[in-house]
Amino acid sequence: MKVIVELQNIGMKYQSLNGEIPALENINLEVYEGEFVSIVGPSGCGKSTLLSIISGLLAPTSGNVLIEGEQVTGPSKKVGYMLQKDHLFDWRTIMQNVLLGLEIQKSVTPSAKQYAEHLLRTYGLIEFAHKYPSQLSGGMRQRAALIRTLVTNPQILLLDEAFSALDYQTRLAVNDDIYDIIKKEHKTAIMVTHDIAESISMSDRVIVLTRRPGTVKSVHEINFQLDNRTPLKSRKVPKFQNVFECIWKELDVHV
Amino acid sequence: MFSLRQKDNSDLVPETISLEHKKYLKSVQRQKLLVRFTQIMILVLAFGLWELLASLKIVDPFITSQPSRIIKTINTLYQEGALLHHIYITCLETIIGFVLGTVLGTVIAIILWWSDFISKVAEPYLVILNSLPKIALGPIFIVWIGAGPAAIIAMTLAISLIVTILEVLNGFLVIDKEKIKLVQTFGGTKLQVMTKVILPASLPTIINALKINVGLSWVGVIVGEFLVSKAGLGYLIVYGGQVFKLDLVMTSVLILCIAAALMYQGVVYLEKLLITRHRE
Repeated sequence: MKVIVELQNIGMKYQSLNGEIPALENINLEVYEGEFVSIVGPSGCGKSTLLSIISGLLAPTSGNVLIEGEQVTGPSKKVGYMLQKDHLFDWRTIMQNVLLGLEIQKSVTPSAKQYAEHLLRTYGLIEFAHKYPSQLSGGMRQRAALIRTLVTNPQILLLDEAFSALDYQTRLAVNDDIYDIIKKEHKTAIMVTHDIAESISMSDRVIVLTRRPGTVKSVHEINFQLDNRTPLKSRKVPKFQNVFECIWKELDVHV
Repeated sequence: MFSLRQKDNSDLVPETISLEHKKYLKSVQRQKLLVRFTQIMILVLAFGLWELLASLKIVDPFITSQPSRIIKTINTLYQEGALLHHIYITCLETIIGFVLGTVLGTVIAIILWWSDFISKVAEPYLVILNSLPKIALGPIFIVWIGAGPAAIIAMTLAISLIVTILEVLNGFLVIDKEKIKLVQTFGGTKLQVMTKVILPASLPTIINALKINVGLSWVGVIVGEFLVSKAGLGYLIVYGGQVFKLDLVMTSVLILCIAAALMYQGVVYLEKLLITRHRE
């Protein structure tokens, strides 16, 4: 399999008047094409910082990020980012929201518009294309946000706690929904989450980070040997609980 | 259940509203009418009482004026052709004042948002200018700009500009940082962050500043007219006061009330047009 994202010795220190805060240290990771990788870790371990570094929004203090062998120096069209909330703009219709990325990249072409329409149709939002976000349910909004990211045709999707703003039931359904779309569109995904169950249910590999400064503590291969795997099906596999407990112990949560 | 019933009776009654709902709608309607009726009655009673007391010489109409004299004054002014001219001058100054105040204030807020350095440097100056009673600047404007409409508009700007800058800049700064990050993840530049997120998201704030500025502009214009003018409602009030023609003063104040209310309603209407359409 082809390596699509490569992290080499990533280190990150934040500067403040009170001193230096080491957020990440010596992170090495390879992500393969089409893979779904989750990153979990105790809160404040720099998970989201790591995603910002991969996306090129933040420059690491040390180390390199390579995407398809090329060094990342700024936001790249190969990378799409999904944030915690959908952040659909309420002054734009769903269609206008979906086209936001293309507008910014100045590549709104008839064929790009057609692709946007195709995605909206495939994922059941076409009749809402000219409605405003307030008329959509939470799950639909998250789907629209994913389509907004997909329209620019990135190969890699970064999901930054992308489901944590949803209530539990919606979240389970949206997990399945988004997982299905990512697989159908053949994207590579890197997800940061604090939800262990969510990470196991969706990923091929779960990376556990240590307490700050975050560094890779362990890597769990998730292979439940399911046909047509979905997050919900994964949750029902008996082995699921074992993996959960193993990761839970590694996170070493104290209240 | 509701839809079932609707289906059952659809051939008999096209729209079935339950008795309770009908009752509720009726009571809401009655409440609304009662409020409006009371509002009008207060106005009628106040003016009626004023007229009565003045007619019976219980109060001196030379000092308090009275509704019938106000109507007479309006009529005289109208006959002389002066009424519309005065209203026009004042309204024009006010509109120029609040539009200019809002536009300039927004532009300066954009500059301050853009450059952290300029914003930090400007902060103490803005704080001082904000706490300064702007009316104190009146004589300076008259000397510098000359006694005329330009000085009045400068007065208006002095009153509304700083407030607008602070209000709009604050609006910019409370916009969710993640929305800005979203634009950046697509490779957006600072200019694109401004045009795609900050400005459209701040439209309600800017309209709100416009609303505040309507009120402030009236203050600026009337104070300005008190100081320098040869025409306008503020001029009529000052002139009326000086020659002890309270009829003229009361008339002008009344017209001012109506003009200010209409202008405010205009802005509210504009707000509906610009915002409600988008957010259903």
